[in-house]
Amino acid sequence: MTPRESDTIISAAAGTNEGNQELRSRSELTAKEVMREVGAVLRMSEADAALLAEVEADPGEDQTMIINMGPQHPSTHGVLRLMLELKGETVLRCKPIIGYLHTGMEKTGESLTFMQGGTNVTRMDYLSPLNNELVFSMATEKLLGIDGDIPERAVWIRMLLSELNRMSSHLLFMASNGMDIGAVSMMLYGWREREVVLRFFQKVTGLRMNHNFIRPGGVAADLPADWRDDVMSILDMLPDRLGEYDVLMTNQPIWRERLQGVGVITQAEAIALGATGPILRSTGLAWDLRRDMPYMHYDELEFDVIVGSYGDAFDRYAIRLNEIRESMRIVRQILDRVPSGDYRIQDKKVTPPPRARIDESMEALIHHFKIFTEGFKVPEGEVYVAIESPRGEIGCYIASDGSPTPYRMHVRAPSFVNVQALPHMMRGGLVADAVAVISSIDPVLGEVDR
Amino acid sequence: MGVVRNVLDDGLEGIDHNFLTGRIEDLVKWSRSRSSWGATFGLACCAIEMMGTGAPHYDLARFGMEVFRASPRQADIMIVAGRVSQKMAPVLRQVYDQMMEPKWVISMGVCASSGGMFNNYAIVQGVDQVVPVDVYAPGCPPTPETLIHAIETLHQLIEDGEIMRRRATSGAGANVHIQEVPAGITTPVILGSR
Amino acid sequence: MSTEASTTPATLHGCLLGDSRGQAVLFVPKPAYMATMKKLVDDGFEMCVDLTAVDFLTHASRTLPDGVAPERFEVVVNLLSLSKRERLRVRVQVSESDPSIESLFDLYPGTEAMEREAFDMFGISFAGHPDLTRILMPEDWQGHPLRKDYAQGRIPVQFKGAAS
Repeated sequence: MTPRESDTIISAAAGTNEGNQELRSRSELTAKEVMREVGAVLRMSEADAALLAEVEADPGEDQTMIINMGPQHPSTHGVLRLMLELKGETVLRCKPIIGYLHTGMEKTGESLTFMQGGTNVTRMDYLSPLNNELVFSMATEKLLGIDGDIPERAVWIRMLLSELNRMSSHLLFMASNGMDIGAVSMMLYGWREREVVLRFFQKVTGLRMNHNFIRPGGVAADLPADWRDDVMSILDMLPDRLGEYDVLMTNQPIWRERLQGVGVITQAEAIALGATGPILRSTGLAWDLRRDMPYMHYDELEFDVIVGSYGDAFDRYAIRLNEIRESMRIVRQILDRVPSGDYRIQDKKVTPPPRARIDESMEALIHHFKIFTEGFKVPEGEVYVAIESPRGEIGCYIASDGSPTPYRMHVRAPSFVNVQALPHMMRGGLVADAVAVISSIDPVLGEVDR
Repeated sequence: MGVVRNVLDDGLEGIDHNFLTGRIEDLVKWSRSRSSWGATFGLACCAIEMMGTGAPHYDLARFGMEVFRASPRQADIMIVAGRVSQKMAPVLRQVYDQMMEPKWVISMGVCASSGGMFNNYAIVQGVDQVVPVDVYAPGCPPTPETLIHAIETLHQLIEDGEIMRRRATSGAGANVHIQEVPAGITTPVILGSR
Repeated sequence: MSTEASTTPATLHGCLLGDSRGQAVLFVPKPAYMATMKKLVDDGFEMCVDLTAVDFLTHASRTLPDGVAPERFEVVVNLLSLSKRERLRVRVQVSESDPSIESLFDLYPGTEAMEREAFDMFGISFAGHPDLTRILMPEDWQGHPLRKDYAQGRIPVQFKGAAS
């Protein structure tokens, strides 16, 4: 029985057969398609590509096996489905099949006002929700023309929350990476640290996750009076714990064996594939939007951009571990620099009035009503704004037609583009390393599928 | 329990009888409820909170649930954590079918319970359209306390035998709705006076 | 890049160069698409950050510079130059009667998934794409969800009274 036939029989009853989206056996593909899935397209010269037409199907095809990993699988970081063609234990081709978490968020975004848009966008990358809200708010503000008028306090609060979110996201990476490699205790440690950051978020925003706190015009509420103490306690606790992780993992021979040389990607490949974030930095290119195309006040802060040399999974792990340290450094600088002032722009068009004033003033009541029911109108135009999320460049493209809801709201999700690097990284490796590779890319399926 | 007090006071000599009688049914229900293993079905944001509930601060292990089995054949409870898309629904059903009886389903979060904020073409409006649900846990995402409340409600139903009774009568899930438990910190968020 | 006085519009590689809230936008006619993109790669735009589409069915009256004929669909490509630290946006008008355009896969392999998504959500086909299949919706799905004539798919919900 060929793999396709058996696949059909088993899955036909439940309708999980995704037809042409799945990995097809070599005999059904053209040479160009095989080479694309194998990942060698990028490294070929034109002369080699011209010879492709003469490459016949691999004579050893009957010795290869196509297996299916996911979508329900303990290590695929959500509902990622991978079809792998194996020869023994070696992965020849890999095809990720996504869409299992497609939520129609871009369509939903077209029916929500710009004030409500944050609730939708925040659930895309659910590990760093504040970054999603930030990029959406920045795009809206650019369309409104108020991006230069956001009060200083609001900008610094946004930076503080964004960096704390980077820390909690990278701590979760450490936890899940550890568990995927087999260091199950790391899972518990990472979550323990992350919990402290989440409790701070709850104190500030009201929710542990999916906060809808960063809104067009500023932030939704002010920081509580004792926020500095809470942040200091996080900053005091973490460095020793990170040192423990260094002992537990970074310098440990088993960890190094498992991750060094696994999932290698070259700089040219990463740029060609559009991979950004730790993947691009692990190849040696120091590209970080906070440094190279700064937004908010990142150009006033001192921090290093961590770069790897080999483009392998170990580099990506080390980059993320050290980015936690760099984020702590940034937060320490922010602690002193948050000025007093408004936490949101005082532009009546965009910002609802404070709750207390609604009881006193008729205008405030009407104004609140209009903003929350109809929404504020955004002038016609289109913008693309990008920031550095823990996974890479997250961008928001909004096309507005002058109405209170976006005409088209598209989010350029870093994981969606990074997942394309999977076939290139896995080719020639062992199937046991597949999990390490997926984990080192740190995909979040919510933003892959939106 | 007097037996426990006697043992604590006098050690083994405190046991004045060495037979305990009870019904096998009670023993079976008690052990089922105290060591139910979950099937990993974390889909989206709720999965993160579910993992957080298994983490040290909230610790599902004390309820016998720290082990999340990857193979549905070895699992008792399927916690559907996250939004179920049209493409995922047949997979959900397939995993549910592979679980062995007795099996229970907790629908975690509003997206799994009713489609949540995503009332559109892409999301199944409630997993009860695909699998029978026993406990619905509201929240977006439910706090770990809410999830523990849902799990403990389910455990209580299992231990009472209530759940098997409902199954026998309706053929569907137990259909229990619980209240959301707000997370521990009660500092009010400052909405500002300016 | 020529920035003339306000009487003559700016052009780049023969295409109109506009400005949207301070961001550079290049309006490329469909026949000149591939040639212009190749020139932009040579200009130093090494990375294609995003490729998406917009359906202007219900907003046909959008403002476009003179000389650009509006069509139903627009393919929007965001490019990034790592060396020059610049971004450029390319907008191509794609008509409803012929919703197809050349694929950028040979220039930027990273557009593979992005073009599949545009195909899945809008029905725009990309000629030369190695594997143009649906990516987000199930294989047997009918219709292209992000088109404006495709309904959101809401089901009516009856809210019962809040629990006491």
